[in-house]
Amino acid sequence: MNWRELSSQLFPEGFDIVERDLFLSGTARAAGAEVTVIGTTEHAPIGVEIALAQAKAVLDTVDRHPGRPIVILVDTQGQRLRHRDEMLGINSYMAHLGKCIDFARCRGHKVIGLVYDQALSGGFITSGLLADACYALPDATIRVMGLPAMARITKVPEERLVELAKANPVFAPGAHNYFMMGGIEAVWESDLAANLARALETATSEDRRSSLGEERGGRRSAHRVMQAVVADAHARAA
Amino acid sequence: MTSYLEASARSRIRKLLDPNTFHEFLPPSERVISPHLGQLDAPVSFDDGIVIGSGLLQGRKVFAAAQEGEFMGGAVGEVHGAKLVGLFKRAMAEKVGAVILLAESGGVRLHEANAGLIAVSEVMRAVLETRAAGIPVIALIGGANGCFGGMGIVARCANVVVMSEEGRLAMSGPEVIETAAGVEEFDSRDRALVWRTTGGKHRYLLGDCQVIVPDSIDAFRNAAFDAMQFVDAAGAELTLDGLHAENAMLERRLANFGTRTDPVEIWSDLGIPAAPTLPMLDADAFRAVADSHRIGK
Repeated sequence: MNWRELSSQLFPEGFDIVERDLFLSGTARAAGAEVTVIGTTEHAPIGVEIALAQAKAVLDTVDRHPGRPIVILVDTQGQRLRHRDEMLGINSYMAHLGKCIDFARCRGHKVIGLVYDQALSGGFITSGLLADACYALPDATIRVMGLPAMARITKVPEERLVELAKANPVFAPGAHNYFMMGGIEAVWESDLAANLARALETATSEDRRSSLGEERGGRRSAHRVMQAVVADAHARAA
Repeated sequence: MTSYLEASARSRIRKLLDPNTFHEFLPPSERVISPHLGQLDAPVSFDDGIVIGSGLLQGRKVFAAAQEGEFMGGAVGEVHGAKLVGLFKRAMAEKVGAVILLAESGGVRLHEANAGLIAVSEVMRAVLETRAAGIPVIALIGGANGCFGGMGIVARCANVVVMSEEGRLAMSGPEVIETAAGVEEFDSRDRALVWRTTGGKHRYLLGDCQVIVPDSIDAFRNAAFDAMQFVDAAGAELTLDGLHAENAMLERRLANFGTRTDPVEIWSDLGIPAAPTLPMLDADAFRAVADSHRIGK
């Protein structure tokens, strides 16, 4: 789905979003209130410019519209793979974006991510994955890498990976697998506006993804290990 | 003088902290291993490639985590990431003096791709939450595998980054870029170019790392303690002013150096005399030249 079609379904009360060099920014009305919208389109590679532009839009919202919710529309092929971006310290630009989003959340801005097309590794880690909660459309592609590339790197035959992926969501791409692991709060099948309204209402800044992953059975170790590290502390304090 | 580069993760952490004060959480004897690697017939490690625990740094209680580059390049899998997140959560519960992250990682462990990606974002949030609780987070980078991918982002979420010249800090590894965009984009076998682009000296000059030290655990130890004191005085948490300053710094960097193609051009732009010779200088000689020209001093 392109971002205009998406926006008309997501923001039936109206939106004013512009696209510039694959970067989306603007405002919209959701559940009767103004929200800031940032995002990317056409599987944008996230280079230093887009990372900085998104960060600016977040900071600007914190500056000028305290408390206004922020909706992040995710469609990216991942970080831009260029020598220039590395020379300029792209990880610092990504981290800066992540810090701005986190700061906004600490200041009481609700932050909702929505993967409407594609989400890959570096482009996703400092956007949707830093929201209070991240959602996805059913057809969204979410992954670190595809199974053929994973087969090459792990030297495990692709057929075997396909087989393993049926029972273990860790291996294969897809919105549903990320849901099972707790990385995606929910998949929105229909009525996007109502889903967004509910997401804005229920957003909490607590990171519940490891416990969701455990509940849903897609990531059984993470929460248990975190608890084991922390529990020892409580035992000592008692 | 013990080399930081050559030491194992466990040895680094023991020597970084005051003698005999390190207490490991979930040590190898508890055999908390990856639940996924076995399915791929890949070797497992009883600590999943990361050592975490508590100790004293010059008498002050701190937590520390060290990634083991010898195990899957220090890459972050489900358990590895969860140990880190647990450490930060516990740091907040116990209100320790600082968390020291001895980062050495290629980023997300591709064998556990999806879980690794979520884990890194959980680590990022845990780092920032720890800072918001007023606890300094200090990242040390000086291992042979560098600090790449998601961990390159995590490191830049810390209050202070300390690097040796041998340390490397970036996002995508040169091999990844070469594979995706061709050898003319980034020749991963051109070692000098790789070091110029990702190494400690360039990062120090750009302001991506705040302290550069020789390759010695003692030097890292002293720098970590100084950084902890500094952050204690300045405040660990993110501030709006701080983020605006960082935004302006990154924007200036893009405006001033966005058309450059080699780090040496940037060093010349910064006014460094004989910029091409910079890679040859030892840490002290380098600082003597670099300190008056670097950004973010």
